[in-house]
Amino acid sequence: MTTPKVYKTEAIVLRRINLGEADKILTLYTPNLGKIRAIAKGVRKPTSKLGGHVELLTHCSLMLARGRNLDIVSQGETLDSFSPLRRDLWRISCALYLAELVDAFAAENVENRPVFALLLDALHWLGQARHTGLVLRYFELHLLGHLGYQPQLQQCVNCKSALEPTANFFSASGGGMLCPNCVDTEPVTRPISLNALKVLRFLQNSDLATSQRLRLSPDLSRELEQLLREYIRYLLERELKSTEFLHRLEQDFVTDLR
Amino acid sequence: MNRGFFPPAEPVSRLIDEFNKLPGIGPKSAARLAYHLLRMPEAEARSLAEAIIAVKDKIVLCSLCQNITDSDPYAICRSKQRDQNKICIVEEPLDILALERTGQYQGLYHVLHGVISPMEGIGPDDLKIRELLGRLKSGKVEEVILATNPNLEGEATAMYLQRLLSPSGIRMTSLARGLPVGGDLEYADEVTLGRALEGRREV
Repeated sequence: MTTPKVYKTEAIVLRRINLGEADKILTLYTPNLGKIRAIAKGVRKPTSKLGGHVELLTHCSLMLARGRNLDIVSQGETLDSFSPLRRDLWRISCALYLAELVDAFAAENVENRPVFALLLDALHWLGQARHTGLVLRYFELHLLGHLGYQPQLQQCVNCKSALEPTANFFSASGGGMLCPNCVDTEPVTRPISLNALKVLRFLQNSDLATSQRLRLSPDLSRELEQLLREYIRYLLERELKSTEFLHRLEQDFVTDLR
Repeated sequence: MNRGFFPPAEPVSRLIDEFNKLPGIGPKSAARLAYHLLRMPEAEARSLAEAIIAVKDKIVLCSLCQNITDSDPYAICRSKQRDQNKICIVEEPLDILALERTGQYQGLYHVLHGVISPMEGIGPDDLKIRELLGRLKSGKVEEVILATNPNLEGEATAMYLQRLLSPSGIRMTSLARGLPVGGDLEYADEVTLGRALEGRREV
């Protein structure tokens, strides 16, 4: 494939790392190229005309020039800065968690349009959602689905029988549900309540707007959070860094952050 | 098997290894620097060595503002001319220099030594926030100026501090956001321009 010297793409900025005097290396998520990294020159100077357009968690339209190692951003324009999100510490932290999740799972230069659309949608909803936890759970579930890790929620992953409406088990290593008879077939399992299973099934088949109609008890919310986090930890074989800060915020400011 | 390879004399290879640890210096540059030092007059080499030791021996963090200093407390913290009722919170020691160059601020400073960055795993405990709370307990401080960088992490840190300090009732302000002097309106991004409009003033 011949690659032009200069190309245009949409992107969401996932990460920025300082480079040299005034430059930054950006980690971008794009619809056509998947995750890419590019250099933004001079963006730390106050007079940079690019700086504000390539801020973290900005949806922007960029012109990139092929470089020897990394491509260089030559022009940029903001498409959406998600400003409702930026006014709230909790929402920002949730959004950073989404960005870290995508960064951790996505391979460089692998196109995955649904992931891009999902991220865009989720960032948009995080700014206005009444229940941010639901946005995170929805995002986790669908991201895993788009990446080929969609958990099997309809039948037991071992004996393939339909699940009975009793206390079943979720297995991170098996990638889905286990009926009580098959619990011992997988190394990593945890009990899952019937309500949690119903919510997961609902989230898997709905869109973000509809998912916001759900009302979850604090216990149920926590169960879902822990379940998906355990699954993600099992797949990545590490903890995501931003989860620690989310917990910290919950502890420091107990007063109804969500 | 290492047949026929004779490494440089031990002191030289040790120096090369040490240089190699510095940022931006690879094995080749490290070797070049080491051999350059060998050819240097002894007085110059000794003065370089002493300068390195002095930096490590004499430089401490000020017990009040946490700035890098050779005399604790730092000169600004000791000065009687500074306004003791204002504390300006900055990310890095270099930010103090930048603010001092304006000549318009007469209060005290507090250096956080970093910024909350959840994705890098840097949380409130990794910054000098506990020290700040200790300073505010004295009750003398009337205004806290949040001067973190105007990017997402800086704003998040400012918001965190705002939440943390709001029960104390201390007046909190932040630096204005807007257009840079010498900049161009048409190139400004929406967020900056929006903030500039919000913060417009009577002329």
